[in-house]
Amino acid sequence: MTADSRISVKNLTKKYGKLAAVDDVSFDVPAGSTFAFLGPNGAGKTTTIKMLTTLVPPTSGTIMVNGFDPAIDSHGVRRSFGIVFQDPSLDDELTAYENMFFHAGLYGVPRVETPGRIKEMLEFVELWDRKDSQTKTFSGGMKRRLEIARGLLHTPSVLFLDEPTVGLDPQTRNHIWSYIKKLNTERGLTVFFTTHYMEEVEKTADRVAIIDHGKLVAIDTVEGIITQAGTTSLEEAFIKLTGHTIRSDEASSAENFRQMSKVWRGASRR
Amino acid sequence: MVHLDDNFMKSNTFYIIYILWLRQIKRYFRSKSRIIGSLGQPILFLVALGFGLGPVYAKAGGGDYIQFLAPGVIAMGILFTSIFSGIEIIWDRQFGFLKETLVAPVSRLSIMLGRTLGGATVACLQGLAVLAISFIAGFRPELAMLPLAVAFMIGIALVFTALGTAIASVLEDMQGFQLIMNFVVMPIFFLSGALFPLESLPAAIKFLVNINPLSYGVDGLRYALLGASHFNLGTDIAVLSGFIVAFVGVGAWLFSRIKA
Repeated sequence: MTADSRISVKNLTKKYGKLAAVDDVSFDVPAGSTFAFLGPNGAGKTTTIKMLTTLVPPTSGTIMVNGFDPAIDSHGVRRSFGIVFQDPSLDDELTAYENMFFHAGLYGVPRVETPGRIKEMLEFVELWDRKDSQTKTFSGGMKRRLEIARGLLHTPSVLFLDEPTVGLDPQTRNHIWSYIKKLNTERGLTVFFTTHYMEEVEKTADRVAIIDHGKLVAIDTVEGIITQAGTTSLEEAFIKLTGHTIRSDEASSAENFRQMSKVWRGASRR
Repeated sequence: MVHLDDNFMKSNTFYIIYILWLRQIKRYFRSKSRIIGSLGQPILFLVALGFGLGPVYAKAGGGDYIQFLAPGVIAMGILFTSIFSGIEIIWDRQFGFLKETLVAPVSRLSIMLGRTLGGATVACLQGLAVLAISFIAGFRPELAMLPLAVAFMIGIALVFTALGTAIASVLEDMQGFQLIMNFVVMPIFFLSGALFPLESLPAAIKFLVNINPLSYGVDGLRYALLGASHFNLGTDIAVLSGFIVAFVGVGAWLFSRIKA
């Protein structure tokens, strides 16, 4: 691992039975950079993020996040990153402030500093005036902003974003990226994100890695990848490198479940 | 910067348990419809069974059925609320707060204990609400032993919140929920002596009642509120305590193995 890389991954492999979800992947994310991790559905993106964030142990290979090895010091790794999950992870019954407060408690943010930090972060994502509203009253974009604010409350050095703008309108997406860009340039925050919107990658990513069938197929700057694929845009390069077949959605059972829960909750809570 | 010595870590563990407990309490008081909704079933049991079977019970020489039934229905309210609090983890796992807690630098054990204590507290509050309602239905307990009754409520709540946590840690999604209701929760309720006296039961039923933790909770509640018991107070306390230790232990172990 080079001295200035915030995330360093070597020969990372995750097997479920015989299937290798992630197969011998290696890459470095330099400190203070924005790193886009792309791939079709089921390519191994989420599994990689789960391994980087200590949720799933790798089958083999090594990981270093902010100098900590999740296999040895998982809490060291956990203190080093903030994360915005693909699915919302707020407690909808709690207010924005309470969601922040609970996070601060879980991460051991000193109690005297907690109110000040919450105020600072909520003001940063322009949600301070809604701090006492339950998050179930929030729009998708507001929830995402709150999750970003929450993920940064314990001043991590890496921020993981797993499809942070999925399902949001272009205005909101723009807004969210402007916050992330600001954090990256003003605070030197290292950002590791996945997305299916190639124009977001073209606008924000310093480096891009493309993963397919668990294997890394390209890793370079946006321009480098376009040149390598011999295309004119990142979208074309992405399709050329990963093929035209439509992939099955790995989250289909979770999706069904979400539908079911809406029906359930709708019936029992309102 | 905070110096992370042993004392800090210890107090921090308690603070995390407290925070997760507090979350359950806040959620409980926010969902008024849930509080009222989950009182519906105990009220129905008190009214339909209490008044419906009361005359038959009295004719058979059992005395006032409401007196007998009320502790059982209180236990039922606690049983259902506890199991649901535990099972809520499945919701949380799919789209909620659970992932947020699992990537936090805290031990799984403290998360599990905080949630379990929170769920158990909520279930006890629900049990006290049923007790209050049973007054209106004509229940007249001896209140001198109320603290002992509350202790049994806490015991029942802990056992079944931990059981709910254990079940939720194993189930992938809510598909298996109906199975759990019909083959675990309902049998626990019906085969606990909550509704009928345990004297002179067929041997097979008696065996099932004897291995059911709720039987000892109901019996203890009856002792505390009415002064009458089938087993005896010492047995009730010992068996229920044993189940608390075992279920919290198993629940904590299964919860620590949850894959996000």
